[in-house]
Amino acid sequence: MTATIVPPATTTETAPARRAVRPIPTARLVRIELRKMFDTRSGFWMLVSIGVLSLVATGAVILFAPDDAVTYDSFATAIGFPMSVILPMIAILAVTSEWSQRSGLTTFTLVPHRGRVIGAKAIASVIVGLGSMAIAFAVGAVGNLAGSALAGVDTVWDVSLSTAPQIVLGNLVGMAIGFTLGVVLRASAAAIVGYFVVSLVMPGILVLLAQVRSWFEDLQPWIDWNYTQVELFEGATNTGEEWAMLGSTTMIWIVVPLVIGLLTLRRSEVK
Amino acid sequence: MITVDSLTRTYAGFTAVDNVSFTARSGRVTGFLGPNGAGKSTTMRVMVGLTTATSGSATIDGVRFADLPNPGLEVGVLLDASAQHAGRTGREILTLASDTMGLPRARVDEMIELVSLTPTEAGRRVRNYSLGMRQRLGIATALLGDPRVLILDEPANGLDPAGIRWMRDLLTGFAGRGGTVLLSSHLLHEIEVIADDLVVIGNGKIVASGTKEDLLAAAGTLARSASPRDLAHALEQAGIPSTLAGDGSVRTDADPAQVGAVALAAGIALTELRSAEGAGLEDMFLSLTADTQREGVAA
Repeated sequence: MTATIVPPATTTETAPARRAVRPIPTARLVRIELRKMFDTRSGFWMLVSIGVLSLVATGAVILFAPDDAVTYDSFATAIGFPMSVILPMIAILAVTSEWSQRSGLTTFTLVPHRGRVIGAKAIASVIVGLGSMAIAFAVGAVGNLAGSALAGVDTVWDVSLSTAPQIVLGNLVGMAIGFTLGVVLRASAAAIVGYFVVSLVMPGILVLLAQVRSWFEDLQPWIDWNYTQVELFEGATNTGEEWAMLGSTTMIWIVVPLVIGLLTLRRSEVK
Repeated sequence: MITVDSLTRTYAGFTAVDNVSFTARSGRVTGFLGPNGAGKSTTMRVMVGLTTATSGSATIDGVRFADLPNPGLEVGVLLDASAQHAGRTGREILTLASDTMGLPRARVDEMIELVSLTPTEAGRRVRNYSLGMRQRLGIATALLGDPRVLILDEPANGLDPAGIRWMRDLLTGFAGRGGTVLLSSHLLHEIEVIADDLVVIGNGKIVASGTKEDLLAAAGTLARSASPRDLAHALEQAGIPSTLAGDGSVRTDADPAQVGAVALAAGIALTELRSAEGAGLEDMFLSLTADTQREGVAA
């Protein structure tokens, strides 16, 4: 067996000189994380479905909405709903796939600073969120023009310039909740289930609790992130108190768990 | 050069790596051996920062892995060929790694060619890859940044015979150019052919380390004669402990010259006398790790 070694021709080359190595810039990490969100089949279809569902929602409003409801707000709401479900999923998978698909072994070896990688994922998620919202508003605008022309009614632009940023913020809150669950749970299935629990199951329980226990009624808006998110979607977060409520739910559901999750994530073992 | 210094990693009440120290020198291939669960992979994961050490340190040319500005350009790592997103194509995985390191895209095609994946295979999703193909992709990822150090956990797993030969030449060439290779494997014959130095670990502790020649020489001498019992007796008379193996050979820790002299003095005709290297690494490995083997192999 030892006789079979063929010395490679390259052995005579000199030792590779030590190169001056520069740190990896953050912008590059963000670009790579963006690419990773959409270079798999699931990621690709997630992206496609944002576009397709926007068109389907627009078509549905044109077809089924009564004439007096053919307004920009109807389109924005119809498009916003699928968006508010898909965007958090994208944020979740951006984080959890590193663990569930085990690609983190390579990712965190090439960039041995997990905080930087997670930060890049957060920035990439915000970019995707803003981009998707821009698409949604644009598709909705075209739908509104086409819909009102087809229905023969005046085109109604009833989403004010103060409401639109709130809708965007509401979606970013949803993405942040998903992102946080991803960081804390680090498993795709668990985080997705977790997201539906905190976004669909939990609000119902909190509302019920507020109905049967009067002391909780005043407390609910400070604790129920879903409540404050819906306020944003409706553009109804206007007073200082309402912003404080949003701050409170953000602190409880995003900031605190995210910090704890990041601390454990940085020390956890990547297997 | 990789330096591991008093490295310890404990899990709730269980010590996976226990005060391990060794050096993988540049210009040499260091084989890292040990039974399943001995702590090889944990040690390698600590080296690249995927697992934190409970105490002790591991450095690459004196620098902690996490302090390397762009590790991919300095250390090529393959810890688990299956740890890839199954939904990405091989080419995409290499492109992501190459972009992270800031390399030109042309490097991706060079690597695909180097590890003998066809362009069609590179375009398929990793979910459809065989273990050998994943292994080739992992080696391509490790070599992408033209590093000076390679840390490879079981790289020969799943490779076909031609692939194993190719890998052997690749690693020997890499070390020949002054690179450092740390390689774990259960394919002892492979390690025996390729490694210059050996580190053997059992139950989280180093049980032997040194150059291959030294360690295998320590495995002693094998001798045969028409009457093995007489030979064993003569050795005992001369104060050399020996064991009579089932196949009629006599094994001892003494060197061959001593055994020959004893046989000559006792008038015993030897039919075979050599250092026990031939049976070599496997015997050495089993005897060194006998206490830690699951099967309780008596070597």
